This record gives sequence, C-alpha cells and structure tokens, in this order.
Amino acid sequence: MKKARLTAIIATAALFSVTAVLAQGAKLSDNAIKVGVLTDLSGVYSELSGPGSVKAAQMAADDFMAANAAYKGKVQVIGVDHQNKADVASNKAAEMIDRQNVDVLMDLPTSSAALSASEVAKGKKIPVMVVTGGTTALTNEKCNKYTFHYAYDNYMLANGTGSAVTKRGGNSWYIIYPNYAFGQDLDRQMTAAVKENGGKLVTASDATPFPNTDFSSYLLKAQSLKPKIFGTMQAGNDLVNVVKQYNEFGLKKQGIGLGIGLLFETDVAALGQDAFAGALATVPWYWNLDQRSRDWSAKFEKAFGKKPTWAQAGVYSATTTYLQAVARAKSDNGDAVVKALEGHRFSDFFARSAYVRPQDHRVTLDVYTVQVKPKAQAKEAGDIFTKVATIPSAKAFTPLAEVKCKF
Amino acid sequence: MNTQLLLIQVFNGLVNGAFYALLSLGLAVIFGMLRIVNFMHGALYMLGAFTAFALGQAFGLGFWPALILAPLIVGALGMLLERTLLSRLYGLEPSYNLLLTFGLTLLTQDLVKQVMLSQFAVSSAPYTTPDVLTGVVNLGFVVFPKYRLFVIALTLVICLVTWFVVEKTRVGAIIRASTENPGVTRAFGIDVSKWVTGVFGVGVGLAGLAGVLAAPIYSVEPYMGAELIITTFAVVVIGGLGSILGSIVTGFAVGVLAAVGAAVYPPIANTLVFILMAVVLLVRPSGLFGLPEGTR
Repeated sequence: MKKARLTAIIATAALFSVTAVLAQGAKLSDNAIKVGVLTDLSGVYSELSGPGSVKAAQMAADDFMAANAAYKGKVQVIGVDHQNKADVASNKAAEMIDRQNVDVLMDLPTSSAALSASEVAKGKKIPVMVVTGGTTALTNEKCNKYTFHYAYDNYMLANGTGSAVTKRGGNSWYIIYPNYAFGQDLDRQMTAAVKENGGKLVTASDATPFPNTDFSSYLLKAQSLKPKIFGTMQAGNDLVNVVKQYNEFGLKKQGIGLGIGLLFETDVAALGQDAFAGALATVPWYWNLDQRSRDWSAKFEKAFGKKPTWAQAGVYSATTTYLQAVARAKSDNGDAVVKALEGHRFSDFFARSAYVRPQDHRVTLDVYTVQVKPKAQAKEAGDIFTKVATIPSAKAFTPLAEVKCKF
Repeated sequence: MNTQLLLIQVFNGLVNGAFYALLSLGLAVIFGMLRIVNFMHGALYMLGAFTAFALGQAFGLGFWPALILAPLIVGALGMLLERTLLSRLYGLEPSYNLLLTFGLTLLTQDLVKQVMLSQFAVSSAPYTTPDVLTGVVNLGFVVFPKYRLFVIALTLVICLVTWFVVEKTRVGAIIRASTENPGVTRAFGIDVSKWVTGVFGVGVGLAGLAGVLAAPIYSVEPYMGAELIITTFAVVVIGGLGSILGSIVTGFAVGVLAAVGAAVYPPIANTLVFILMAVVLLVRPSGLFGLPEGTR
C-alpha cells in the first residue's frame, strides 16, 4: 500500500516535470539551471572577487530570466568558499556537483584551486568558466573539454605589460613571484615577453612564499642589482604590501620602475592611487572604459554598494555567456552546452570581439594596457586608469600554434 | 651572493627581528608570570594595528597619538578578557586556555573583517608613515627607510626597559613572587589577582604596540597576525619558555637569520626558524635561555 502510494507520487511528479520541460522546450536537470560560484569568500582575494562575484552572477541570472520568459524562476546561483586552497576547492566542487546538482562552476580565483576544481568537474562532465584564476595551464597542458578560460590569463598579462614596459625603455628586469601555480606561470610568461622585446633579466627571478607580508629582502636586492624595472607577479594583498614597501624603500627615486603582473582596482584603492601612479598594467576591462561599461557598473554599484572590479564584471559576462549557451542548446547537459559554446562569437559590455576558441577553450577578447593616473588627474572617485593601448582579441592571447592543449 | 648583500640582509633582519622580539617578549611575560599560553597574541597585534587605523579614520588621529593610545586600548581589552574569561581557567590544564585563546583569535579576526568591510569598505587598509620618519637614509652600505630604523631603536628601548623592570626592580620581585607562591605573597598584603591582571595587560599592550609599529610597513588586514604568531611561538620556544632575555635575543637573532636565509636561498626563509627550533630542542630541550623545569 505504502509502496503503491509512493510510486503514484513519483509518477505524478515525473509527469509534471515532463510537462514543464515540454512547455519551455528545454531539458533541464532537476528543472533548474544551477550556477555554482566557487570563490574566495573570506581570504586575500575576497574583495576583488568573492561576494561581489556572487552578486554579479546573481545579476546575470536575474537579467537572463527577465529577458527569456521560458527560463523564469529557473536559474539559481550558489556561492561557495574555497579558501584559495586546492584541496578545499576540489572537495567543494565535488560536493556542489553531487549534492547541490550544480550545472556549471564559475569564477575560481587562485590558479591552484582553479586547476583542481577543473579536474573534478571534468570527471563529472560539468562545464567550468574560470574567470579570476590566471594560469595558462588551464588552456594548455591541463586543459580539458569542459573547462573554459574567461577574461584574462598570464600570457595576456605578460604579453601586454611585459612588452609595453620593455618597449618604453624598461629593458632590464628583476622579477619576484609568489611561489604557487599562478606566480610560477606568470613569471615564465613575463620573462619570455621581456626577452622577446629585447629586454633582459639582471638575475634569475626569486620565488617568495605565498602569502607573504615582508618583501624588504627582495627590495634591497633590487637596490643593489639596479635593474630598470622591479617586476612583481604578486596579487591582491601581497601586491599591496610589495608596492607599499617599494615606495617605503624609495626605489622609484633610485630610478627603479615598477612592473606589475596582475593588478585589480581594489589593490589600487587599498593603497591609494599615488602609490601606483605611472605603473603599467594589462586589464580585460575597467568600469569607466566607455558608456556601456559605465551603465552596467552603475547598476552593479546600486546592487552591491561598490564599483565592480574587472573580475566581478567578468563573472557577470561569463555567467550570461553560459546561460545563453544553455538557451541555444536547449539543455543544461554539460556536453550539449560545451558544444554550444565552442566557436561562439559575441560582444557584450565586458568582452569585445570575443571568440570561444574550440581548440583550447580560451575565450579571447580585446584587452587594454593601462597606466595608473596620479590622484590629482582623477576626474571622479575610482577614476584610476588611462588607456595606453588596446590589444585586439586575436593578438592578446597565446597564439594557437603555441597552444599545447589536446582534448 | 656578495658580502655587501649579506651585510644588508643582516641589517634588514633586525627589523623583522624587532617585531619577533616585541611579540615574544609579551608572550614570555605572560607565560613566565601567569603560565598562560596566549594564542591570541597575533590577533591582539592585529588589533593594535587596526585600532591605530580606526582612530585615524574616526578621529583623524595621527601615528604619534596612536602609538600611545592603541597599546593602552589593547592592553585594557586584554585585562578585561583576563578578568572575565581567562581567570576562570587558572588551575585547569593548559589546553583549556589554548582552546579559549584560539577561539577568541578566530572571533576577533572575523569581527575586524566585518567592521573593516562595513565601515571602511576595505579588506586591507593603508596607513601612512608619519612625515618626520618618511624617506630614506643613506647608511653607506645601504639606503634604508628612516621609519624602519626608528622601529629597531624603539623596540630595543622597550625590550631593555621591560627586562629591567621584571628582573631588577621591586615591582618585578612582587610579580615574580605573586606567581611563584600566591599564598605567601597574599600574606604580605599584596593583591595577587590585581597584579596578574596588570601583567597580562602589559604583555598584551606590547603586542598592541608591535601592531601600531607594523601598520605603516605592512597593510592593515584582519589576518596579519596569523602568520606572524607561528614564528613568534617558535622564537619563544627557541629562547626558552618564559625567559625574558631569551625572547629578546632570540627574536632579533631569528629575524636576522631568516633575512640572510632569504637572500641565500629564498624558499628556505620561512622554514629556517623551524629547523632552528628542532635543532635547539634536540640539544637543549628547555631552550637556549630556559632553565630546566623544577630549578626555577
């Protein structure tokens, strides 16, 4: 009796879900699209991505549901903390996919965490959109069919900044990098870019512990080596400490310029833009790039209380791109979405002339080399960058001939 | 690796050494007198830096007033914690106060993070060096920030004063008597529990002072004490648990050693202190300056 009733309930439930699916013409697992934002909610990268990334994904979901009546109420966003640790990231990724039925993983700051989550998702055939993680391994030796790399990567940073700085006369470098996947990769890319443009390294790069607060040893070493550029591949709080101490030791006055591998708006805010003034960096976007960007940023600021970083804007764009692929595929099945994404060309407020390369799943887009303005030149709060150059989508990322990816 | 660079590193190491010394001094005072393993010391160091930052944001107070006020505020908070929480654990196993102070650490860090994000909208805050100490001095062999020289000098003075008070004065004698034999000391009409609270306040105030000194060098952020405290504990163990002189000397020595290590072979910089700790413990289980248990 009991069993019969249970069967009846299940049958009815199944019937309902089938009709629901038929009504909208899309096949959705558990009748919903679940976006899992796996990010740093508490640590060094939480301000530049973290809760802001979760909010951005939620905004993308809301906008998508408003624009596509068939998906009304069907997109959910979950934010989970991976603490920038590779092991935590793989556990959380597995848990989100198995228990919470997440259909896509999003964001993933910290390269080591991005790599381990990507590995887990591959086994479970779930797409991953890495936005805030930087290592080029994601689209090279560690690439897989389900992982897409959005917004930026270390090749693009190094290629943009390394060549811009070297071409402007900064042709001798001393580089330090945080000793984990991201830093090691960025050091390799930056060194290659400097050499390619006729520059040289005055000594081998030094690995620093991650995270680290005291960089005085390396700054003193730079003082005695006298390179033209002190290159720092640190990110987030570590970068803030490096730059603070770079100014404290008066390196700029001694004729040693600053080369920054990865720069977020929040780093500049944390230290004051005068500390960074004149430094060059490469970014995929910034909030007052143009009117479209300003409009979106105003919306974000209203919802979140702060201006978006390019990482957070990237999460909105990546989430939208994913959801549109689900709509095109009429399914949230991993393989179907991957197929819909591959070779897709699009342009939105964040990603211009964007193209999802089918060969390695690198999402290429126009990127910008920018220079930090002194505070006196800022026209409004948060006006920190002057655009120096636009690097077109096709030239900004690793050329396909050099890509080592094999699916 | 040239000799000049090595010399520079020896000198540079004194700065980090100053922070290790100041923190382990506080720990040594608290452990030596009260037998409390204060795991919260790193969080209180961070609180010192954060208080200096918050005083500046809220009241426009600069570095100098903060240098006096922040340690007092942190010290007072320490005394409050000792009275309300820690004093209830005396006589219990040390693991109880370790768990309590560890829990308080997590609580403090997250609380500060929440306050920073909601009040100041930053997760790491800038703190500028006072004008008179801005800039660099050419010492002949190296160009060094004035402010760091000031940190070394001030720390040396504080360390010597603390050592002198504890080892050579009547106040020090009372404190030591209060912890050696509270019953007899009480019989002399001395309010032992007040002294205990006071000592804890001073020890914690030293951590707060280290925090204010650190604010212009490192960015002020909720977890700035977490990393440092591990090294500081190693320093305390190497120097000998509770030894005032041991913590001062070892603090500076470890700073110098780590800096030289970082110059010779960077990856070893953070591990060096633990290798040293292992070696010292093998040879002298009670630490370099510590007396074997039972003889004190």
